[in-house]
Amino acid sequence: MLMPIFNILIFPGLLFLFFFSLAAEFFDRKLGARLQNRVGPPWFQPLADFIKLLGKEDIIPEEADNRVFKLMPVFALTSVSCAFFYIPLWGKNALYSFNGDVVVVLYLLTVPILTYFLGGWYSRSVFSMIGAVRSLTQLFAYEVPLFMTILAAALLADTWSLSKMAAFYSAHPGYWVFNILGFVIAQITLLGKLEKVPFDIPEAETEIVAGSFTEYSGRLLALFRLSINIEMVVGISLLAAVFMPWWLDAGPIAGFIIYVLKVAALISLVSLLRSLFARLRLDQMINLCWRVFAPLAFLQVIINLILKGALFK
Amino acid sequence: MHNTGDVKVPIGPQHPALKEPESFLLTLRGEKITAASVKIGYNHRGIEKACEGRTYIQDLYLIERICGICSHSHSTAFAQAVEEIAGIEIPARAKYIRTIVAELERVHSHLLWLGVAGHEIGFDTLLMYTWRDREVVMDILAQLTGNRVNYGMNTIGGVRRDIKAEQIPQVLKGVDTLEERTKYYIKIAGEEPTLINRLSKVGMLSYEDAIRMGAVGPTARASGVQRDVRKDDPYAAYADIDFKVITHNTCDVYGRTIVRVLELMESFQIIRQLLAKLPEGPISVRAPRKIPVGEAVSRYEAPRGEDLHYVRANGTDKPDRVKVRAPTLANVQAVALMLEDRYLADMPIVVAAIDPCFSCTDRLVSINYVDHNSKNTFEWEKIHRDSIEWYKKRGIDFAKLNKTF
Repeated sequence: MLMPIFNILIFPGLLFLFFFSLAAEFFDRKLGARLQNRVGPPWFQPLADFIKLLGKEDIIPEEADNRVFKLMPVFALTSVSCAFFYIPLWGKNALYSFNGDVVVVLYLLTVPILTYFLGGWYSRSVFSMIGAVRSLTQLFAYEVPLFMTILAAALLADTWSLSKMAAFYSAHPGYWVFNILGFVIAQITLLGKLEKVPFDIPEAETEIVAGSFTEYSGRLLALFRLSINIEMVVGISLLAAVFMPWWLDAGPIAGFIIYVLKVAALISLVSLLRSLFARLRLDQMINLCWRVFAPLAFLQVIINLILKGALFK
Repeated sequence: MHNTGDVKVPIGPQHPALKEPESFLLTLRGEKITAASVKIGYNHRGIEKACEGRTYIQDLYLIERICGICSHSHSTAFAQAVEEIAGIEIPARAKYIRTIVAELERVHSHLLWLGVAGHEIGFDTLLMYTWRDREVVMDILAQLTGNRVNYGMNTIGGVRRDIKAEQIPQVLKGVDTLEERTKYYIKIAGEEPTLINRLSKVGMLSYEDAIRMGAVGPTARASGVQRDVRKDDPYAAYADIDFKVITHNTCDVYGRTIVRVLELMESFQIIRQLLAKLPEGPISVRAPRKIPVGEAVSRYEAPRGEDLHYVRANGTDKPDRVKVRAPTLANVQAVALMLEDRYLADMPIVVAAIDPCFSCTDRLVSINYVDHNSKNTFEWEKIHRDSIEWYKKRGIDFAKLNKTF
């Protein structure tokens, strides 16, 4: 009875996720800074930011819808945290799993974007509303290729459960190679989900201040920022689970270290891409996603269908 | 937000894209800008008027503070105008030193611009790199003049500090470093796909429009207009120097970027020539305290374009009238044209591409009354009266307060 509660609240649940996401933010910021030839923040900066924001006054615009405005950060945080439990982190089994949890995880990762939209839209400020619309427009562009690549990997494993996928790929070492194209696309489109350069269009500060979050302050902003961090960890863990199914039999401690290394490697990729490119324009981003990534992701689906026919007959 | 009507977005007076208060009111349909209106006047400092109450030497330092970035441009332009009225011919060495500082200033201004442009399109890496390299030229300037900005180099009749022989190798070394880095930026500008995609075909200003709107500096030169005061009307030591006027004919923000990075290369080469040819002799001549009656217009190619100063002297030690036309004023008219039918995302970079310096440009407060649609200039007395009334309504009477103190 106590074990599930410990798992959910402490390890590998909420408390671990909280600190792990702050560490991830630090790693991303520090590496980004070093790539840009800056010094970067000290290790405790994300935690300090979080605590400081918690202590600040919550200002809610008069015209904003009070309830939606307050609820959205909580929704965002809840849904991304829930998604974490269904992803196999180290070892082949997630904390919870059932057939179809791939779809649920993808769905739970989409919810925060909807909360950005609603939170921004009901802030009733011009910048928030433009940011909100941009968030949603962008969602329709990157979501399709991202889903297709992950579902392509699931197709090959012939299961809709992330844990069974992990079991499949570790039973068939080397099969992950077939998903490399999907991995590349998923990594790039994930930047869209995380709203990072070159896809940080919804919060482009030089155009629309902070997009959806313009009117947010204090605790609500802290929750939003935390959910963005957690979303980064969860999204990257999902990619690691699906596309990097290596050394899953290493045992708990070695497995944990391997997991952290995988996450660190993927965050490094995020930081690298972030410092290599300029922000795209919304029309350019949509063109890129629909004309390049979506066909390539579709190609990945076809490849996996053919492979499945050839390998398992 | 498609087909839900137009949205008015206020960019400024306070906005992260703007480093100075200025107002751009954009009307958006979806992501497209359908109309743009530019309103200046948030940063008027009354420098021209203040100049009339100070002596020429005091004015020189006041004028230098018109702009933090092209400070040397303004003080040189002013000094040239005053020297012309007084009939002073400054020594050749002074001319060379003025030109060296001017070109170093151009280098620092263009590097600064490159970083700002990177930031406006979300390419912060470029900002961090160029501003790191800008420190090299800032150090050279600090070494030569004693200051990083507002160099205080000019005086009426010459310059105040000499360049020592042992400083020359250090300057040349810094210039070599900068040249190497600039080559790297030229390579980036030619190769980096997101940069090219974001800048090409953005903020178009055709050759005809550039002429019609009276654009100056890199903004005009990127539209193929051969307009450079250094070549057209050589001042200081530019007549002795061999250099090219960089133009580009893509007429867009990308062209403006290319013009600026290539101008950096020209500036390095100009600085080397100047240092090699630096003539011996005094660095200043004695100028009279009272400037004889007369008037003069002085032109100067600031990093942002042609800077124009008009000075009228009345025989005393204070000018009768000083008029400054900063380059941004010439270019800002073109911005509304460039913004039309563009995306909201292009707005920051289009505005940044003229390298605006709004504080240098601001003139007077002109209020547009919406109710009876008439323009009204605020007189000093009226502002004074209104402010007293405003406080009286709230129960504070300054007339009484003054008596009690």
